[in-house]
Amino acid sequence: MCLAIPGKIISISETADEINRPAKVSFSGIQQDVNLCFVPEADVGDYVLVHVGVALNKVDEEQAMETLHYLSKIGELDEFNTESDNNPEP
Amino acid sequence: MKYLSEFRDVKLVKKLLARLHEVTTRPWSIMEVCGGQTHGLVRHGILDLLPEKITMIHGPGCPVCVTPAHLIDQAIELTLEHDVILCSFGDMLRVPGSEMSLLSARAKGADIRILYSPLEAVRIAQENPDKQVVFFAVGFETTAPANALSVVQAKKAGVKNYTLLCAHVLVPPAIETIMQDEETRVDGFLAAGHVCTVMGTDEYEPVVARYKVPIVVTGFEPVDLLEGILMTVEQLENGVFRLENQYKRVVARQGNAPAVELLRDVFDIRDRQWRGVGTIPKSGLFLRGKYADFDASVRFGLSDEHPPETTECLSGDVMKGKIKPPECPHFGKGCTPEHPLGAPMVSGEGACAAYYNYAFEQ
Ligand code: SF4
Repeated sequence: MCLAIPGKIISISETADEINRPAKVSFSGIQQDVNLCFVPEADVGDYVLVHVGVALNKVDEEQAMETLHYLSKIGELDEFNTESDNNPEP
Repeated sequence: MKYLSEFRDVKLVKKLLARLHEVTTRPWSIMEVCGGQTHGLVRHGILDLLPEKITMIHGPGCPVCVTPAHLIDQAIELTLEHDVILCSFGDMLRVPGSEMSLLSARAKGADIRILYSPLEAVRIAQENPDKQVVFFAVGFETTAPANALSVVQAKKAGVKNYTLLCAHVLVPPAIETIMQDEETRVDGFLAAGHVCTVMGTDEYEPVVARYKVPIVVTGFEPVDLLEGILMTVEQLENGVFRLENQYKRVVARQGNAPAVELLRDVFDIRDRQWRGVGTIPKSGLFLRGKYADFDASVRFGLSDEHPPETTECLSGDVMKGKIKPPECPHFGKGCTPEHPLGAPMVSGEGACAAYYNYAFEQ
């Protein structure tokens, strides 16, 4: 019920006000109407987290990259010592 | 898809699991508060891959499951006796009230519509000016801003035939209730990422300090869940307790300021009954007096008095982590998704449904 998923802003309507900022947001290619009134700073091309037709926040791309980068490093040292099959060279 | 697939990456999942096995030396019980996380853990098979010493306890985090039967009775009363158009999220439909569910009411001719967003309900009200339209406003802090928005939009557009039947619940008071229950042993919490997207993380600091438990704000994808568990276990193994944020890509410390401001304007906080748990002080959002015109319980004079809950369902014990769903004597026998005895077997995110659909079948 609290499911919220990230989508990419495709277009934002000109007729925005404080409680209604209509936009088209794409979720894996499927477009839906989303109200962006809680993310006034979000722009076309940004990713937003959407729940029941309302964007709750922008997805911070830098943070996402940082998390992934950090996680990709977990256990790297051990692997270096114990695993050789990571190396594609014959 | 971007920001979903990366957080389902099998390689990362394996790394995190290996790490988790490495750092876990003692038994720990960790509660994930949100039902969406419960389903993620069960659906992706994560529960079976965790170190044996780690027990995940599935918390009360499903707003549908904790909506008291008498509120469902009120919703049914509105449709059958006051002839309203009742709009609801789909999850609510099969949840049993004290006599029937919304679905059975619909079979009796009630006009009940399933919506994706409360904002659609305002449009339905505009299109049906001679009918009363009620939105069954269920949800945690995640959903409350959209529900509040529907009220403010209706007010601005001068829509006079739209009201909310409020069933909003708040997460921090529920965590406190769990910690105060002497039979429950929870060593750490994964806090619900989408609740914190709205509210921020500060309101969990006092809970961390008071009960000396680690709380890690966590997302919903397999990588998120495992990283959240790992961060919790690392704290526990090191004997520290802090509030940490695994889900920084969408959770800022201060939350979403415009959404929080709107919530404060539209709702005030009062005691609320949770199904299977009892009344939790200051745990519900109700419409403020200045929005009384949009309050279904005011407009239709709904009484707040109701008989005490009688049910064979052990949902309270499940939600407090005292039993796992399969330990309930009715699980899969008297209680199935087709014939549910309690809400956790119906709702898309109920712990009993999660076990039934994914684990039990295998
Ligand atoms: S299995 Fe059914 S009866 Fe038992 S706790 Fe779950 S919902 Fe309630």
